Amino acid sequence: MALTGVEIFKLLPKTNCKKCGYPTCLAFAMKLAQGQVSIDSCPDIPEDIKQKLAEASAPPVKSIMFGVGDRAVKLGEETVLFRHDKRFVNPCVIALEIKDTLSEADINSKIELVLNSEIERVGQKLRIDAIALTNDSNNVSKLNAAAKIVATKASDVPIIICTGNPEAAEIVVKQFADKKPIIYGANPENAETMANIVKTHKAILGVTASAAFGGSGGGLTELSTITEKIKSLGVDDMVIDSGARKAKDILRDNTLIRRAAVKKNFKPLGYPVITFAQREDSLIEALIAAIGVAKYSSIIVLSSIEKWKNLSLFTLRQNLYTDPQVPMQVKQNIYKIGEPTPDSPLLITTNFSLTYFIVSGEIENSKVPSYLAVMDCEGLSVLTAWAAGKFTATKIAQFVKESGVENNIKHREIIIPGYVAILSGAIEDKLEGWKVTVGPREANGIPAFLRSRAA
Amino acid sequence: MAFTLPKEAYTGKVYSVTIGTDDNTVAFGGENVLPFHIFEGVVPNRPVIAYEIQDVPPDDWPENIQKPFETVSNDPVTWAKFCQDVLKAKAITLRLKGTHPDRQNRSPEDAAKTVKDVLSAINVPLIILGSNHTEKDAAVLVAAAEAAKDKNCIIGKAQEANYKTIVAAAIANNHKLIAMSELDVNLSKQLNILITQMGLDREKLIIDPMCSALGYGLEYTYSVVERIRVAALVQNDLTMQAPMLGDIGMYVWKVKETQASEMDMPQWGSTEERGITWEAVTAIALLLAGAELLIMRHPRAVGSIERVIEELY
Ligand code: B12
Ligand code: SF4
Repeated sequence: MALTGVEIFKLLPKTNCKKCGYPTCLAFAMKLAQGQVSIDSCPDIPEDIKQKLAEASAPPVKSIMFGVGDRAVKLGEETVLFRHDKRFVNPCVIALEIKDTLSEADINSKIELVLNSEIERVGQKLRIDAIALTNDSNNVSKLNAAAKIVATKASDVPIIICTGNPEAAEIVVKQFADKKPIIYGANPENAETMANIVKTHKAILGVTASAAFGGSGGGLTELSTITEKIKSLGVDDMVIDSGARKAKDILRDNTLIRRAAVKKNFKPLGYPVITFAQREDSLIEALIAAIGVAKYSSIIVLSSIEKWKNLSLFTLRQNLYTDPQVPMQVKQNIYKIGEPTPDSPLLITTNFSLTYFIVSGEIENSKVPSYLAVMDCEGLSVLTAWAAGKFTATKIAQFVKESGVENNIKHREIIIPGYVAILSGAIEDKLEGWKVTVGPREANGIPAFLRSRAA
Repeated sequence: MAFTLPKEAYTGKVYSVTIGTDDNTVAFGGENVLPFHIFEGVVPNRPVIAYEIQDVPPDDWPENIQKPFETVSNDPVTWAKFCQDVLKAKAITLRLKGTHPDRQNRSPEDAAKTVKDVLSAINVPLIILGSNHTEKDAAVLVAAAEAAKDKNCIIGKAQEANYKTIVAAAIANNHKLIAMSELDVNLSKQLNILITQMGLDREKLIIDPMCSALGYGLEYTYSVVERIRVAALVQNDLTMQAPMLGDIGMYVWKVKETQASEMDMPQWGSTEERGITWEAVTAIALLLAGAELLIMRHPRAVGSIERVIEELY
């Protein structure tokens, strides 16, 4: 069980010396229980108690770095069941399966897909994060040959080596020395050997319950027994798989695992979950993966990564992993798009990052160099900001005047979003000498609109 | 440390809503656990997906979503029959889009006739929606509710600005009712209270917390739906125990991702697959959050969601 504020308080020095920045030890204990301060802020806690507290206040799902360098990704560290309770922390990793039975050319083309999967959306660069190399051949040298290709061509992509054969794991892991790969992995039969390999090579261990256990929670009992055993052997970087493959079982096991970790602080299941979502039908695969994104998977393995599928999954992941308390915002500013001249058009919008990126993207598409005035509306979309009284004629007029944009442009015309056409008269009243033009409602109308004006 | 199943005991329950008449009914809702948590409670019904059709040709829909209906969408009756007979729709949603003043501005009488014609051509339950013009809907939905008297349809959407006449029409003609508010748990609760105070049985309500598409505010809808569901089950909040609607198609088939050509957006891949997936992913997200009734458009998106629902049981 996570400690409550009062339980923590009992372990503190109780001197109320204020060195932590809080007026009392109790106030500090409360903050600590909420995970809002670090234990290190109190200099007077004895080492053994510190350790006890650190363990109790660690996130219920263990935090693990997977891979190294720029492409390394953080797994776990989750603290809630519902994003509205706080937020989901580390976006799940999406991995492409590469079978060792594929030809060298096919392996290469899959690697190419992974390396070229990056898409930018709302200012974030999103991509297929990892490769899962599977030992479908059941042959050690085949797996090693495929590993060699992956290790050379995709040297910085985090890798999951999927084999239950310790002999294969021992050989292949050397291709990824110091790359912090996942070896997936350990099962009830080979747990000890696998744990030793992982320990020697500083890898992460994927742990699976034997599928035979299935059923309601049977797999989870099994799984927690293995993780405890592995931990006792000195390995604590693990990702876990209950063996669930059907949608129903994935949803149930992932929910029970997250619940056990978060609500019961049950350490043997407090590890990131890996989900295998591969399907014949790519659309169904996308939907199974979507279940993983929403319901607690930390790694999702796919069999194919078509661009349309990636875009949908990346976007869902981005949506659900945003912080519900703070809309993503961009800075209030006059942004230049292309190389505008003093005669270029001036458009205005709000600083909700989704709005900004859609609008600036469409202005770019139009190839008409422009100025885009982005006004601080506390990160609200155009209509929401208007409805909330933050994108009003008075505020827009004041912003335009104070922004200094009048020094950049010769004309005095501002283009407003079509959805707030109703503001045009009032803005003209408040911005003397300015003309207000109503643009299209949806941003995808901007290219045609700007081009027809430029013509 | 031994593992014990961390099962949850819920105190509340979503009530079950049945629509349609005679042998042609469908039911949704009724569960006493979070979505698809069949391992710890009772989930009597599966979510229902209703195909969306409209009273006027869908010339405002992007090409890829016009295509599956191109031979039938000129006429709402043919379109409805196609959904029922060929696509095996479990329910149909008729959106009276043509009544909007900015569109054809069709009269309430015209709308009533369309409703009658569609009803006499199909057996599956019908959901009747206005054009989302609050003033016009107040008149249109009254006429539509009368035209469908005793057919046990769903009519909607009643909003804060226009609920009074629509609620009265739903009561008088024995229909279920969609109550829509704008992405806010408390607004939804308030509207449900106002509506039940007018005498509509609370078990005839369906909550529309307002939908949004993947990438365009889905996270807000997702969390509002989840919070309403948690309020119903965990806090046993009686005003939040209605099944929820995800009116997906109209939000999804408006955004750039469902329309932009692959030539313009090479990094986004096939336009057609992208549109279908966009609708299906939006749908699965809302089902997982707690929606029980979905309004959708593309037959392949609907088909894939039905397959996955099957797999969730
Ligand atoms: C998500 C959402 C919210 C979120 C806020 C999200 C955010 N960061 O803004 C929350 C839940 C907080 C919220 C709250 C409210 N909301 Co709200 N919300 C929405 C929703 C569903 C999506 C908004 C969104 O993200 N749109 C996407 C962005 C990209 O759109 P956008 O900024 O408008 O930009 C588009 C265009 O305007 C155009 N564009 C933008 N800039 C420019 C510039 C130029 C020059 C041009 C040409 C075009 C252009 O391009 C973009 C893409 O096409 C909309 C309904 C909907 N589906 O649209 C309602 C909506 C905006 N909300 C509405 C309302 C009323 C409210 C509230 C007042 C009510 C409430 N529930 O309490 C509050 C106010 C908030 C406050 N703080 O007081 C109404 C506004 C009604 C109206 N017509 O005025 C809407 C339209 C819902 C409705 N009635 O259908 N909301
Ligand atoms: S620094 Fe430590 S001892 Fe001093 S008030 Fe804070 S918690 Fe108490």
